[in-house]
Amino acid sequence: MQKYSFLSLARNALTYHENWQRAWRSPDPKPGYDVVIVGGGGHGLATAYYLVKEHRVGSVAVLEKGYVGGGNTGRNTEIVRSNYLWDEAAHIYEFSLKLWEGLTQQINFNLMFSQRGLLSLGHTLQDLRDIQRRINANLLNGIDSEFLTPEQIKEMVPAIDVSPRARYPILGASLQRRGGTARHDALAWGLARAADSVGVDVIHNCEVTGIRREGGAVTGVDTSRGFIKAGKVGCVTAGNSGVLASMAGMRLPLESRPLQAWVSQPLKPILDVVVMSNAVHAYISQTDRGELLCGAGVDSYNGYGQRGSPATLEHAIAAIIEMFPRFSRVRMLRQWAGTVDTCPDACPIIGLTPVKGLYFNCGWGTGGYKSTPGSGWVFAYTIAQNRPHRLNEPFSLERFATGHLIDEHGAAGVAH
Amino acid sequence: MLLIECPWCGPRDESEFAYSGEAHIVRPLTPEELTDEEWADYLFCRRNTRGDHLEQWCHASGCRRYFNVQRDTVTYRIKSVYKPGEPPPGDRP
Ligand SMILES: Cc1cc2nc3c(=O)[nH]c(=O)nc-3n(C[C@H](O)[C@H](O)[C@H](O)COP(=O)(O)OP(=O)(O)OC[C@H]3O[C@@H](n4cnc5c(N)ncnc54)[C@H](O)[C@@H]3O)c2cc1C
Ligand SMILES: [Zn+2]
Repeated sequence: MQKYSFLSLARNALTYHENWQRAWRSPDPKPGYDVVIVGGGGHGLATAYYLVKEHRVGSVAVLEKGYVGGGNTGRNTEIVRSNYLWDEAAHIYEFSLKLWEGLTQQINFNLMFSQRGLLSLGHTLQDLRDIQRRINANLLNGIDSEFLTPEQIKEMVPAIDVSPRARYPILGASLQRRGGTARHDALAWGLARAADSVGVDVIHNCEVTGIRREGGAVTGVDTSRGFIKAGKVGCVTAGNSGVLASMAGMRLPLESRPLQAWVSQPLKPILDVVVMSNAVHAYISQTDRGELLCGAGVDSYNGYGQRGSPATLEHAIAAIIEMFPRFSRVRMLRQWAGTVDTCPDACPIIGLTPVKGLYFNCGWGTGGYKSTPGSGWVFAYTIAQNRPHRLNEPFSLERFATGHLIDEHGAAGVAH
Repeated sequence: MLLIECPWCGPRDESEFAYSGEAHIVRPLTPEELTDEEWADYLFCRRNTRGDHLEQWCHASGCRRYFNVQRDTVTYRIKSVYKPGEPPPGDRP
């Protein structure tokens, strides 16, 4: 792998940037692999990377039906944070945030990871109680979290309306200073390049259409490019996880819903933190290009179309304009949607399945971008060792039968 | 935006309706005889169909009645609408 550095930039400038190596190969699939990962989003690519890097698995392929990062990884609003309420969730998201803090260096790819701080607004007395409770829980878990009064919020975000007569009065907020954003395309490309550099075959345009099993154990996958033998198969297909599960005769507690985001025309810098509000289902940040990047709540009905409902969009835009009246005349540039796999307790499912050698990592729903490195790390462990890591043990499929759900609707209910 | 045909009120804008999940889920008559896994399946697992999906909608801002809809979850096209108690269209396992 060609190392990216100031020197390589200078050297390539001399040849008019015409001699850069491809960031990753695009090989044809081999007849078989030790491990096949289905889904070339961030989670699948991170899993493949850590399988080789941490567990020395011999041959690994990532099969992606479209292009790398074409799923939710390249469609999200880029929010990264770890201030979740329950211990189980807090631990895995904080583990992931710590990986983020070193990831740009580790994979030698500028992820534009910016810990610009993240505010979660409270608009009612109950919101404030929930926020205080979550701050205390975060602090007990060693996660930075603090409370801001409306005056402190106004100081940090001058564009926001904190007047008591506002449609959604702002009574306070929690702040996670280590939270922020990171460029999502960079994450997909950086991880594809990192996985490729340790020998993973990242294969595009290769849709898995069947999961072959023999005597209760997985033997390989049928794909649009033929049968590929596999010792183990890890499915990381987000919104399409139910489709993959049915190929193996399984049912999952998931529903696939559209989730929308949009950007405005570029503006001069006006907002240098992330602002989100669970109550009004909207969140906003400003990208380095100057666009206001906003997201809505999840749509109310199932949909795989990567298209959202205009009613949901309108609601979120109205809420943002109420909070930032001066944005009312900003023009919208683009709008899009992804298909998110929502789980009843707003927590992921990561672990073994009743089929030997078949593993699932799904259910991240509206908020799995931030967890990409951590999720890949624990999933690689789970696949390599054939047992969950301490961090993902609570997120097994069995929790729905035992009743040990981890209700993160308060901290994760809205998207991001 | 979906245009949904309430069987009682006719075609109305999506925003008048509330989605109420997969249709034809029957509550087990003898829950005490089910294993935890079977109960979890009833409670949490869904077909989550990619394609023709049978689902319930409620005309929340209208007549407030529930009914069933057959909708393609990829194109979002509504294929048929039928009242509770009426058989679903087509063959179903
Ligand atoms: C609008 C929006 C905003 C969001 N905002 C945030 C946010 O601010 N912060 C946050 O933390 N999270 C956010 N999320 C959630 C986050 O994007 C996802 O949880 C995360 O990216 C999931 O990553 P993944 O790798 O599991 O899935 P994906 O990136 O969706 O990757 C799955 C891949 O599997 C492929 N695939 C599917 N079926 C097959 C098949 N049969 N064969 C081969 N390949 C297949 C797909 O093409 C896809 O590329 C948001 C999501 C959306 C849609
Ligand atoms: Zn009606």
